[in-house]
Amino acid sequence: MIKAGMIEITDLPLEPEKITAQVCKDTNGAVVTFLGTTRLYSEGKKVVRLEYEAYESMACKKLAEICQEIKAEFGVEDIAIAHRTGVVDIGQISLVVAVASPHRKEAFLACHEIVNRLKETVPIWKKEFFEDGSRWVACDDHQFNPQGHKH
Amino acid sequence: MLRYCSVVYNNPMQLNVRFFALYRERAGRSTDTVQLPEEATVADLVREVRRRFPRLAPPGVNIVVAVNTEYASSDKKLRPGDEICLIPPVSGG
Repeated sequence: MIKAGMIEITDLPLEPEKITAQVCKDTNGAVVTFLGTTRLYSEGKKVVRLEYEAYESMACKKLAEICQEIKAEFGVEDIAIAHRTGVVDIGQISLVVAVASPHRKEAFLACHEIVNRLKETVPIWKKEFFEDGSRWVACDDHQFNPQGHKH
Repeated sequence: MLRYCSVVYNNPMQLNVRFFALYRERAGRSTDTVQLPEEATVADLVREVRRRFPRLAPPGVNIVVAVNTEYASSDKKLRPGDEICLIPPVSGG
Protein backbone atom coordinates (compact mmCIF):
# COMPACT_ATOMS: atom_id res chain seq x y z
CA MET A 1 0.00 0.00 0.00
CA ILE A 2 1.16 3.50 -0.76
CA LYS A 3 -0.32 6.92 0.02
CA ALA A 4 0.89 10.30 -1.18
CA GLY A 5 -1.31 13.31 -0.53
CA MET A 6 -4.75 12.49 -1.91
CA ILE A 7 -3.57 9.47 -3.91
CA GLU A 8 -3.75 6.00 -2.45
CA ILE A 9 -3.17 2.45 -3.65
CA THR A 10 -4.31 -0.10 -1.12
CA ASP A 11 -5.35 -3.71 -0.68
CA LEU A 12 -8.02 -2.67 1.83
CA PRO A 13 -11.67 -1.99 0.90
CA LEU A 14 -12.15 1.55 -0.43
CA GLU A 15 -14.33 3.98 1.50
CA PRO A 16 -15.85 6.46 -0.99
CA GLU A 17 -17.25 8.78 1.69
CA LYS A 18 -13.85 9.26 3.31
CA ILE A 19 -12.12 9.75 -0.05
CA THR A 20 -14.79 12.22 -1.17
CA ALA A 21 -14.56 14.15 2.10
CA GLN A 22 -10.94 14.98 1.24
CA VAL A 23 -12.00 17.21 -1.68
CA CYS A 24 -14.94 18.96 -0.02
CA LYS A 25 -14.43 22.57 0.98
CA ASP A 26 -16.56 25.68 1.31
CA THR A 27 -15.45 27.25 -1.97
CA ASN A 28 -16.52 24.21 -3.99
CA GLY A 29 -20.11 23.99 -5.18
CA ALA A 30 -19.80 20.64 -6.95
CA VAL A 31 -18.35 17.29 -5.99
CA VAL A 32 -18.27 14.40 -8.47
CA THR A 33 -17.25 10.96 -7.25
CA PHE A 34 -16.76 8.11 -9.69
CA LEU A 35 -16.81 4.52 -8.42
CA GLY A 36 -15.38 1.78 -10.58
CA THR A 37 -16.93 -1.51 -9.52
CA THR A 38 -16.18 -5.07 -10.54
CA ARG A 39 -18.68 -6.43 -13.04
CA LEU A 40 -20.23 -9.90 -13.08
CA TYR A 41 -19.87 -10.40 -16.84
CA SER A 42 -16.86 -9.87 -19.09
CA GLU A 43 -17.62 -10.30 -22.80
CA GLY A 44 -20.49 -12.63 -21.92
CA LYS A 45 -18.49 -14.78 -19.50
CA LYS A 46 -19.33 -14.97 -15.84
CA VAL A 47 -16.58 -13.56 -13.64
CA VAL A 48 -16.00 -15.16 -10.24
CA ARG A 49 -13.61 -12.56 -8.88
CA LEU A 50 -10.92 -10.09 -9.96
CA GLU A 51 -7.40 -9.47 -8.86
CA TYR A 52 -5.49 -6.24 -9.26
CA GLU A 53 -1.74 -5.86 -9.24
CA ALA A 54 0.10 -2.53 -9.19
CA TYR A 55 3.64 -1.29 -9.59
CA GLU A 56 2.85 0.91 -6.65
CA SER A 57 5.58 3.55 -6.64
CA MET A 58 5.20 4.24 -10.35
CA ALA A 59 1.41 4.03 -10.29
CA CYS A 60 1.32 6.60 -7.51
CA LYS A 61 3.67 8.88 -9.45
CA LYS A 62 1.67 8.53 -12.68
CA LEU A 63 -1.58 9.28 -10.85
CA ALA A 64 0.01 12.40 -9.36
CA GLU A 65 1.06 13.50 -12.86
CA ILE A 66 -2.48 12.99 -14.15
CA CYS A 67 -3.80 15.10 -11.26
CA GLN A 68 -1.40 17.91 -12.12
CA GLU A 69 -2.36 17.82 -15.81
CA ILE A 70 -6.06 17.76 -15.07
CA LYS A 71 -5.83 20.59 -12.56
CA ALA A 72 -4.08 22.76 -15.15
CA GLU A 73 -6.42 21.82 -18.00
CA PHE A 74 -9.76 21.97 -16.22
CA GLY A 75 -9.04 24.56 -13.58
CA VAL A 76 -10.04 22.26 -10.73
CA GLU A 77 -8.11 22.29 -7.47
CA ASP A 78 -9.25 19.27 -5.54
CA ILE A 79 -8.80 15.67 -6.67
CA ALA A 80 -8.58 12.45 -4.68
CA ILE A 81 -7.91 9.04 -6.21
CA ALA A 82 -7.83 5.61 -4.60
CA HIS A 83 -7.20 2.31 -6.37
CA ARG A 84 -7.59 -1.13 -4.90
CA THR A 85 -5.15 -4.02 -5.30
CA GLY A 86 -5.41 -7.71 -4.52
CA VAL A 87 -8.59 -9.77 -4.68
CA VAL A 88 -11.75 -7.76 -5.34
CA ASP A 89 -15.03 -9.64 -5.29
CA ILE A 90 -17.86 -8.91 -7.73
CA GLY A 91 -19.75 -5.70 -7.01
CA GLN A 92 -16.97 -4.22 -4.89
CA ILE A 93 -15.25 -0.92 -5.56
CA SER A 94 -11.89 -1.05 -7.33
CA LEU A 95 -11.48 2.66 -8.05
CA VAL A 96 -12.63 5.94 -6.50
CA VAL A 97 -12.03 9.29 -8.19
CA ALA A 98 -13.38 12.36 -6.41
CA VAL A 99 -13.19 15.82 -7.99
CA ALA A 100 -14.52 19.05 -6.54
CA SER A 101 -14.78 22.45 -8.17
CA PRO A 102 -16.73 25.68 -7.73
CA HIS A 103 -19.12 24.64 -10.57
CA ARG A 104 -20.29 21.23 -11.75
CA LYS A 105 -19.20 21.17 -15.39
CA GLU A 106 -15.47 21.15 -14.69
CA ALA A 107 -15.85 18.51 -12.00
CA PHE A 108 -17.78 16.14 -14.32
CA LEU A 109 -15.36 16.61 -17.23
CA ALA A 110 -12.25 16.36 -15.09
CA CYS A 111 -13.45 13.20 -13.36
CA HIS A 112 -14.22 11.52 -16.69
CA GLU A 113 -10.85 12.45 -18.13
CA ILE A 114 -8.93 11.24 -15.08
CA VAL A 115 -10.42 7.77 -15.50
CA ASN A 116 -9.62 7.78 -19.24
CA ARG A 117 -5.97 8.67 -18.65
CA LEU A 118 -5.60 6.28 -15.74
CA LYS A 119 -6.55 3.41 -18.04
CA GLU A 120 -3.91 4.42 -20.59
CA THR A 121 -0.75 4.92 -18.59
CA VAL A 122 -0.95 3.89 -14.93
CA PRO A 123 0.83 0.57 -14.25
CA ILE A 124 -2.03 -1.37 -12.69
CA TRP A 125 -3.29 -4.69 -14.03
CA LYS A 126 -6.57 -6.52 -13.73
CA LYS A 127 -6.96 -10.27 -13.87
CA GLU A 128 -10.37 -11.84 -14.38
CA PHE A 129 -11.10 -15.26 -12.90
CA PHE A 130 -13.82 -17.35 -14.50
CA GLU A 131 -15.24 -20.69 -13.44
CA ASP A 132 -12.95 -22.39 -15.97
CA GLY A 133 -9.85 -20.21 -16.12
CA SER A 134 -8.46 -16.71 -15.91
CA ARG A 135 -6.97 -13.95 -18.04
CA TRP A 136 -5.14 -10.66 -17.69
CA VAL A 137 -7.25 -7.93 -19.25
CA ALA A 138 -5.68 -6.11 -22.25
CA CYS A 139 -2.35 -7.95 -22.57
CA ASP A 140 -1.23 -9.00 -26.04
CA ASP A 141 -4.42 -8.04 -27.79
CA HIS A 142 -3.41 -4.43 -28.32
CA GLN A 143 -0.21 -2.52 -28.84
CA PHE A 144 0.57 -0.77 -25.59
CA ASN A 145 2.20 2.60 -26.13
CA PRO A 146 2.03 4.66 -22.94
CA GLN A 147 4.48 7.25 -24.23
CA GLY A 148 2.25 7.90 -27.22
CA HIS A 149 -0.45 9.33 -24.95
CA LYS A 150 0.50 12.97 -24.79
CA HIS A 151 -2.36 15.18 -23.76
CA MET B 1 35.70 -28.68 -25.63
CA LEU B 2 33.54 -26.41 -27.71
CA ARG B 3 32.46 -23.42 -25.73
CA TYR B 4 29.68 -21.20 -26.95
CA CYS B 5 30.25 -17.59 -26.06
CA SER B 6 28.94 -14.86 -28.33
CA VAL B 7 30.46 -11.77 -26.73
CA VAL B 8 32.89 -11.22 -23.88
CA TYR B 9 32.27 -8.04 -21.92
CA ASN B 10 35.09 -6.36 -20.05
CA ASN B 11 32.88 -4.44 -17.66
CA PRO B 12 29.47 -5.99 -17.70
CA MET B 13 26.65 -4.38 -15.73
CA GLN B 14 24.42 -6.51 -13.60
CA LEU B 15 20.88 -5.22 -13.77
CA ASN B 16 17.89 -6.36 -11.78
CA VAL B 17 14.63 -6.56 -13.70
CA ARG B 18 11.14 -6.82 -12.23
CA PHE B 19 8.23 -8.47 -13.99
CA PHE B 20 4.61 -7.63 -13.35
CA ALA B 21 1.28 -9.35 -14.00
CA LEU B 22 1.26 -11.23 -17.32
CA TYR B 23 5.04 -11.00 -17.70
CA ARG B 24 5.60 -12.25 -14.15
CA GLU B 25 3.47 -15.30 -14.88
CA ARG B 26 5.05 -15.99 -18.25
CA ALA B 27 8.57 -15.59 -16.87
CA GLY B 28 7.64 -17.77 -13.92
CA ARG B 29 9.31 -15.30 -11.57
CA SER B 30 9.00 -11.70 -10.41
CA THR B 31 12.66 -10.68 -10.74
CA ASP B 32 15.67 -11.60 -12.80
CA THR B 33 19.27 -10.46 -13.12
CA VAL B 34 20.74 -9.82 -16.54
CA GLN B 35 24.27 -8.93 -17.58
CA LEU B 36 24.77 -6.28 -20.21
CA PRO B 37 27.78 -4.28 -21.39
CA GLU B 38 28.29 -0.76 -20.15
CA GLU B 39 26.36 1.75 -22.24
CA ALA B 40 23.67 -0.85 -22.94
CA THR B 41 20.26 0.55 -23.86
CA VAL B 42 16.68 -0.40 -23.12
CA ALA B 43 16.57 -2.12 -26.53
CA ASP B 44 19.59 -4.25 -25.55
CA LEU B 45 17.89 -5.16 -22.31
CA VAL B 46 14.67 -6.18 -24.05
CA ARG B 47 16.65 -8.32 -26.50
CA GLU B 48 18.42 -10.09 -23.64
CA VAL B 49 15.23 -10.61 -21.65
CA ARG B 50 13.46 -12.00 -24.72
CA ARG B 51 16.39 -14.37 -25.25
CA ARG B 52 16.12 -15.59 -21.66
CA PHE B 53 12.31 -15.77 -21.68
CA PRO B 54 11.23 -16.48 -25.26
CA ARG B 55 7.55 -16.80 -24.36
CA LEU B 56 7.31 -13.45 -22.60
CA ALA B 57 5.57 -11.70 -25.51
CA PRO B 58 4.94 -12.50 -29.19
CA PRO B 59 7.66 -11.15 -31.53
CA GLY B 60 5.40 -8.42 -32.93
CA VAL B 61 4.47 -7.04 -29.53
CA ASN B 62 6.52 -4.17 -28.18
CA ILE B 63 7.70 -4.78 -24.61
CA VAL B 64 7.40 -1.56 -22.62
CA VAL B 65 10.09 -0.83 -20.04
CA ALA B 66 10.06 1.56 -17.11
CA VAL B 67 13.38 2.84 -15.77
CA ASN B 68 13.31 4.49 -12.34
CA THR B 69 9.50 4.70 -12.43
CA GLU B 70 9.37 6.42 -15.83
CA TYR B 71 8.48 4.94 -19.22
CA ALA B 72 11.73 4.68 -21.16
CA SER B 73 12.41 4.92 -24.88
CA SER B 74 14.34 2.08 -26.51
CA ASP B 75 17.51 4.16 -26.93
CA LYS B 76 17.76 5.12 -23.26
CA LYS B 77 21.10 4.10 -21.74
CA LEU B 78 21.00 2.02 -18.60
CA ARG B 79 23.16 2.45 -15.54
CA PRO B 80 24.02 0.13 -12.67
CA GLY B 81 21.42 0.42 -9.93
CA ASP B 82 18.59 1.47 -12.25
CA GLU B 83 15.16 0.23 -11.20
CA ILE B 84 14.00 -1.62 -14.30
CA CYS B 85 10.50 -3.02 -14.71
CA LEU B 86 8.79 -4.65 -17.66
CA ILE B 87 5.29 -3.24 -18.02
CA PRO B 88 2.65 -5.30 -19.81
CA PRO B 89 -0.36 -3.44 -21.25
CA VAL B 90 -2.11 -1.77 -18.33
CA SER B 91 -5.73 -2.40 -17.35
CA GLY B 92 -6.45 -0.48 -14.18
CA GLY B 93 -9.78 1.03 -13.25
